[in-house]
Amino acid sequence: MTFPRPTDSPAAQPYWQGLARGVLLYQCCRKCEEVWLPAREACPRCLSDDHAWMESAGRGKVVSWIVYHTAYDEAFRDRVPYDVTLVELDEGPRLLTNVVDSDAGRALSIGARVRLKIEREGDLALARFQLDCGPA
Amino acid sequence: MRGKVVIAGVGHTAYGKHPGRDRISLIVEASRKAIEDAGIDKQLVDGVLVKMANSEPSFLYGQRVAEALGIRPKVGGSLDQGGAANIALISYAAMAIEAGLMQVAIVCFGDNPRTGSRQVYARPRGDDAVYGFYSTAAGYALIHQRYRGEYRVPDAQFGAVPVTVREHGAKNPNAQLRAPLTLDAYLAAPYLIEPMRRDDCCLVSDGASAVIVMAADHARQIGIEKAVPILGFGQGQESWEVHLRPDLLRTMAAESAATAFRMAGLTHRDIGLAQLYDCFTITPLITLEDYGFCKPGHAAAFAAEGGIGLDGSLPMNTSGGLLSETGTPGLPLVIEGVRQMRGDANLQIGGDKACIISNQGGTMHTHSTLILGRTA
Repeated sequence: MTFPRPTDSPAAQPYWQGLARGVLLYQCCRKCEEVWLPAREACPRCLSDDHAWMESAGRGKVVSWIVYHTAYDEAFRDRVPYDVTLVELDEGPRLLTNVVDSDAGRALSIGARVRLKIEREGDLALARFQLDCGPA
Repeated sequence: MRGKVVIAGVGHTAYGKHPGRDRISLIVEASRKAIEDAGIDKQLVDGVLVKMANSEPSFLYGQRVAEALGIRPKVGGSLDQGGAANIALISYAAMAIEAGLMQVAIVCFGDNPRTGSRQVYARPRGDDAVYGFYSTAAGYALIHQRYRGEYRVPDAQFGAVPVTVREHGAKNPNAQLRAPLTLDAYLAAPYLIEPMRRDDCCLVSDGASAVIVMAADHARQIGIEKAVPILGFGQGQESWEVHLRPDLLRTMAAESAATAFRMAGLTHRDIGLAQLYDCFTITPLITLEDYGFCKPGHAAAFAAEGGIGLDGSLPMNTSGGLLSETGTPGLPLVIEGVRQMRGDANLQIGGDKACIISNQGGTMHTHSTLILGRTA
């Protein structure tokens, strides 16, 4: 059983390296201040290639989510049912993730607050989230 | 462009399983039937436009199809827009005919994911596979969940879409899935990817379809009596991945329809029926709203109140759509639209109003719209 790996893209290396050292990074255009994920070589708004990596505070909200009841890959066979959740960071970028204490999606709702919980799968660090019930 | 170009003939294979058949041989069978349906000589065909096969995108595919058809076209090639490519190719054919580049085009599509490989529909979705994000269905499920939550739509209202479309398919002898679906059975079926249940998902099928496109004047000159006028068409591409769209519930389908309505010189009141791409339940719901037939958040209630049934104000997918008739992307919806406009459909809808047809691809990444008028 092999866990899927992200593609070996040079543009995304700072992102995965950031997670490995415990921070969630996103990109910000130095020209037009657009912010985004996933990693790109150029700003999708003004097309400038001059961008910076910014550190997210790791807080966000649920936009939507789904629950897999069937595994499409051997690596997830023992994990069903599991959620895949769309989170919008407070800084703006959006990403797909898992909410680890979501009770396979049952605890989720649109707008629910979540906070970053980096978890490891082998040598890979992933930006998972948990429900954020405490004070910001 | 309104009415200058027609669909002069349609053809298709059976939809379902074709073990051992090459996808191009399926296209040849559909094209032969479309040529016969138009009653023309194959020698007249000087354009071959092919939608790329989802299960095996390949290089110079349009030329391989033209060779199998024994045609050296003036205009040819294949297009990848996912399911939107069918109507897009019909519109490109119409414009190329109008511009004098060719006279008669075959627009066709065929694939065999059922007996061949359906891996494309289960594929890992890029780097997000590390979070378990797989399959074509997943993106639609994200949109379905957002729609359900934002508009507080009960599951039974979603169920009205497959229940209604399957009812139409049950009455169509050519449909694959002819067992009607009750709302109770819909609600009792297991989730595939929650909140989507089994019956929210269309069939995956082998099959091919083809249509013949030519100028209206040309069709008249050679005595084609069943020609169906193309009144309008349009396209719009959302392009961004589902999770990166600022609003999951609105797409460029709105621009696609607006372009087609403008070209046709028609309004919603002139449309009598619709064939809307129903790969998943949520897809025609978003399309009904993007097209302006329903206000945002009202399409599911419209379906539940019978609006899309045969006696509704907008009968939809009158041959059973992808959910029960075909399970192949897009072109069969055009064929049903053509039959309705000619008056030889299985479940013929009366009146003199036009038919609107949607095609889309990816996860609502691409969209195309076609408006057909009645045979003169």
